[in-house]
Amino acid sequence: MSGLKHLTAAFSASAPPAPARRVGARPQPAARAARREPGPSRLAYRLNRLWLTPLYRRLVGVGLPLLLVAAIAGLWLSDETRRANLTGGVAALVDNIQSREAFMVRTMEIEGASPAVDKALRAMLPVTLPASSFDIELRDLREAVERLDAIEKVEFRIRPGGILSAVVVERKPAILWRHARGLDLLDAQGHRVASVTSRDVRRDLPLIAGEGAAPHTAEALALIDAAGPILPRLRGLVRVGERRWDLVLDRGQRIMLPTERPLPALRQALAMDARDGLLARDVTVVDLRDPSRPVLRMGLTAQNTLRRAAGLPEIDAEGNLIDPEEGGAKPAVTASAGRRDG
Amino acid sequence: MRDLYEAQRAMRQARRAAMARGVLAVLDIGTSKVTCIILQFDGPGQFRESDGVGPMAGQSSFRVIGQFTTQSRGVRYGEIEIMAETERCVRHAVQGAQKQAGVRVDHVIATISGARPASYGLAGEIALRSGKVTEEDVAAVLAACEVPDFGRNRDVLHAQPVNFAVDARSGLSDPRDIVGDRLAVDMHVLTIDGFAASNLVQCVQRCDLELAGVGSAAYAAGRAALVEDEQELGAACVDMGGGVTGVSLFLKKHMLFADAVRMGGDLVTRDISAGLRVPLATAEWLKTRHGGLEATSRDDREMIDVTPEQRDEHWDGERRTVSRADLIGIMRPRVEEILDGVREVLEVAGFDQMPSRQVVLTGGASQIPGLDVLAARILGQNVRIGRPLRIHGLAQQHTAPCHAATVGLALHAANPQDEWWDFEMPVERAGVVGLRRAYRWFRNNW
Repeated sequence: MSGLKHLTAAFSASAPPAPARRVGARPQPAARAARREPGPSRLAYRLNRLWLTPLYRRLVGVGLPLLLVAAIAGLWLSDETRRANLTGGVAALVDNIQSREAFMVRTMEIEGASPAVDKALRAMLPVTLPASSFDIELRDLREAVERLDAIEKVEFRIRPGGILSAVVVERKPAILWRHARGLDLLDAQGHRVASVTSRDVRRDLPLIAGEGAAPHTAEALALIDAAGPILPRLRGLVRVGERRWDLVLDRGQRIMLPTERPLPALRQALAMDARDGLLARDVTVVDLRDPSRPVLRMGLTAQNTLRRAAGLPEIDAEGNLIDPEEGGAKPAVTASAGRRDG
Repeated sequence: MRDLYEAQRAMRQARRAAMARGVLAVLDIGTSKVTCIILQFDGPGQFRESDGVGPMAGQSSFRVIGQFTTQSRGVRYGEIEIMAETERCVRHAVQGAQKQAGVRVDHVIATISGARPASYGLAGEIALRSGKVTEEDVAAVLAACEVPDFGRNRDVLHAQPVNFAVDARSGLSDPRDIVGDRLAVDMHVLTIDGFAASNLVQCVQRCDLELAGVGSAAYAAGRAALVEDEQELGAACVDMGGGVTGVSLFLKKHMLFADAVRMGGDLVTRDISAGLRVPLATAEWLKTRHGGLEATSRDDREMIDVTPEQRDEHWDGERRTVSRADLIGIMRPRVEEILDGVREVLEVAGFDQMPSRQVVLTGGASQIPGLDVLAARILGQNVRIGRPLRIHGLAQQHTAPCHAATVGLALHAANPQDEWWDFEMPVERAGVVGLRRAYRWFRNNW
């Protein structure tokens, strides 16, 4: 052992000590990743519960996108030029579409109109042709045209080929109406058709006169129809007091008709005429205002004939007695024979 | 007692409100797992008459729409020990169930398994003034029960009238309108530790939930695992959980007694971990995968590989095997000890005097193979392993025995048994308080 010791000492003296060896690295356990807590954090838990609340769900799902869209649109539109660009672009687009060839109206065709009405109609068109059919509001145009007195009905259509066609039904003048402001043509319903300057323009039409006669045109026409036998003598109808008719014949004769039911009264008068030749005699007024009690006003000749037969002095046109000797008028004595019932 | 009355009434109101709204969650905070199931109450009328579905004690009125189970942390012996961790587990479970249900849940009824329950049998008797039993008489006799000293800081969890007697006629379940002179009642009161109960309330409130009821886990497990005849004829339900083994006795469909043995399946896992020197996770795996209680000679030859994974820091990669006989040798004494504890509890409760001595084992630890044989040797011949009742919509994985308390609490919510606070406070009692308050108000203000 001692030899060995010696040897060891000699060995240690002669050679440097062996370097310290690294211990063989044992496989170290791989660092395990810190395990995540499985449960949700309090914030996550609360948010999750909030999200499960129906109100919030709806708010986020519907309200928020709406708000976002509104906000973006509002921001974008807040600039003046962008707004102008947008409206200009839209207007241009609309104009572009509206002025396409398919929508253009080039001519206007009018059927059933007299030349004057035709001219007026063409003048009433709000646009100058050719124009887009979007610019012609047919309903408004129709209403404006039908406001014309001469036109009873009009139908507008835009036909293929760019034709604006108007079918016009004009009012037919049926009667002349003389009133304080002049002379009008009326149709059968009493609607004004046109004004005329004189009776001679339309001699073929009957005449009515008086304030408030126009609304009763139909009645007047019926009366005129009924006055068949005396039609050649008829000068016209006069509306009296805006309530009743007077039939005016030539020779200053007048048939006063009642307010109610004038037609039977007229027939009654015609029947009297047919039986007795009433209107051929010297009768100035046949008063039928009370149909149950017709009143006649006799003419001057007839009165004087009666007076002569009775041996009374005759009267002149003013109703003064005529002295047979003098043959002149005596203004002091008057007679109201004209007022007496016959 | 009055505060408790008000608190329980408030919880009852919350439960009714939740059922009216249609959604109620059941939360089981156990030692080894936290389960949350969400019930939807559709009310009666979801089944047609031709479906042949009766009311079924309220079971047909609800279904499970969300369920989630997560591992529990921060709970020991059925009591919350680390609030933050437990709260996190509860949040996890509730969120998972909510996600499945697609609805937000605000009201929760929870189970409490540990907290040192103590059972008391109370008796009260009153004279009937009107000659027959009225609603007020029932309330008055419940209020007339002599309340023993529960001890410091105990909360009443259940106070159920178990038996009514009018004169000599006993065994009445509904004494109303029965003619007689005297009305007597037996009431079963279950108290638990007040701090544990407060912790539970605190934990639920920290999760932004409202507590709509608390039930004992042993009681709830009994409601779920005992069939109707067993509840009627008398049976004991042993809810073998992770940290606590709850025992509840039922007779005539009422709970007569409840207690808990502070031992459970986690203890078996710890024994395996210590005895075989394997990590707790491996021990749990061994217990659930290969565990057993009855050793056969074949088990000596059946070797189980417990080699840890390479990256595990505890063991350095040596190949290890244990025989199944070793595993059984470790598990069996501990399970025997638990069952011995259960037997002691049953003896204290007077289980021997019950007409039918049926024992139903349920809970997670009841799934150990061979437990029924072992339990029959210790607890008596009538032993069976009970699974919870099937309820509408419950997933397959939640029909295991470990969810008996959850299911039972759902049943309890749908068809609650009468509790003391379900009856109106007797008039005299309320009147005295009201008069005193009025007197105080007058003295302070005039």
